[in-house]
Amino acid sequence: MTEVTVPEKIEDIEIRLLLEALFLKYHYDFRNYAMASIKRRLKQARQQLGFATFSALQESLLHDPALLPRLLRYLTVQVSEMFRDPGYFKAMREKVVPHLRTYPSLKVWIAGCSTGEELYSLVILFREEGLEDRTIFYATDINHEALQAAEAGIFALDRVALFTENHRKSGGKSSLSDYYQAAYGRVSFDKSLRRNVVFSDHSLVTDAVFAEMHLISCRNVMIYFDSGLQDHALGLFKDSLVRKGFLGLGSKENLRFSRHANAFTDFVREEKIYQRRAE
Amino acid sequence: MSVQPEAIVIGASAGAVEALSVVLTALPASFRLPVIVVVHVPPDRRSVMAELFQAKCVLPVQEAEDKQPIVGGTIYFAPPDYHLLIEVDRCLSLSSDEPVLFSRPSIDVLFESAADAYGPTMIAIVLTGANHDGAAGLRAVVDAGGRGLVQDPETAFAAAMPEAAIQMCPSARVMSLEAIAQYLKEV
Ligand SMILES: C[S@@+](CC[C@H](N)C(=O)[O-])C[C@H]1O[C@@H](n2cnc3c(N)ncnc32)[C@H](O)[C@@H]1O
Repeated sequence: MTEVTVPEKIEDIEIRLLLEALFLKYHYDFRNYAMASIKRRLKQARQQLGFATFSALQESLLHDPALLPRLLRYLTVQVSEMFRDPGYFKAMREKVVPHLRTYPSLKVWIAGCSTGEELYSLVILFREEGLEDRTIFYATDINHEALQAAEAGIFALDRVALFTENHRKSGGKSSLSDYYQAAYGRVSFDKSLRRNVVFSDHSLVTDAVFAEMHLISCRNVMIYFDSGLQDHALGLFKDSLVRKGFLGLGSKENLRFSRHANAFTDFVREEKIYQRRAE
Repeated sequence: MSVQPEAIVIGASAGAVEALSVVLTALPASFRLPVIVVVHVPPDRRSVMAELFQAKCVLPVQEAEDKQPIVGGTIYFAPPDYHLLIEVDRCLSLSSDEPVLFSRPSIDVLFESAADAYGPTMIAIVLTGANHDGAAGLRAVVDAGGRGLVQDPETAFAAAMPEAAIQMCPSARVMSLEAIAQYLKEV
């Protein structure tokens, strides 16, 4: 926070205090998220949850734990899609998979997996490429409701046309319909896709590294962080990856402005896939 | 009106390319303020605006990247399907929050964050468009002490957006595209 010339607005003070309270009481740490969009979403939360001020919201939050999940729905953005940005998955398939094949066993971390779309995309891709059996997938998020949805693997039927189209564009070798059953306006993904998946509650802000990952896919999570926090998360990824391990980010994210830029090389530049240097 | 402006934000929708061509191509190489632009484009994720205007403008034109420090004399376009916001520490940030008024990127989202980050040192401009995006954002900029300019609806390809902006923000200055270009050159 450089050169804030005007005195801080009351609302900004209240927001800081609210985030502090959320951290002290519940250990959810949003204090270093990108403030402009956190602020927008907190304003929505305040209005829709029916509080006149952020201070009033803070007071209720401290005394009523039932408010926490409702507030978290605003603070974490759950937008996802299977095979979102097909080019990314195509590059994974064509450029990253050949390297991964050389390992006898693999660990893949989907950080900020939300409701599971990205996870299922990667598991299906790994199955198509014959790598699923040797892989453990770690799917993590801070939002429990999202993790539960990911574990259930159920999506609205009207989203499937887009998923199918994306899968095809990503170079899918099978038909997406092989992996789900449709009923009552929803599709349920086959539980066999979860047999090598470990779901867990993990925060890129407050939790520790995961060991010896070969691939980390963390898409559209760090855009919600400020630069300092992005650096922190990238440090975590660097320490969690094996040498020459891969890191995939969202299509508008990049390492360029980070302190850890030197620890990685561009692997597929346009698709934001990086490789950890061997050192 | 003595505060020295530090940044310019522009929102445009239907008819944007023609309108922006008049305004942005007029800016000389010596122009020192950053210009941050949201245009409503279909969310098909192909980024055409930055490329298009790179070819037309003297100033460097970029598609905004997340957490990119804002540099003067540069024109930034919001990428398709992302909101573009300005942080208090004067860097750009992107988000895939829900569309606002059916739009992502949203002009209101950019303008409101700009009002917050820059306060009175901001110039916000609403150009042609067939919806109401930008009106609330322009209001936020003006309420924070910044300056609001609106393309004269009479001269706009689509009048709805400038009209909505004027209605919500009666103190905004209503100008032709040429006058806006001239105004910017003189700030
Ligand atoms: C926009 S979604 C991205 C979903 C998916 N990765 C994709 O790109 O389609 C962002 C996710 O990041 C999660 N998230 C936010 N802060 C986090 C943190 N500190 N640690 C881990 N996950 C976080 C949110 O709960 C949300 O599920």
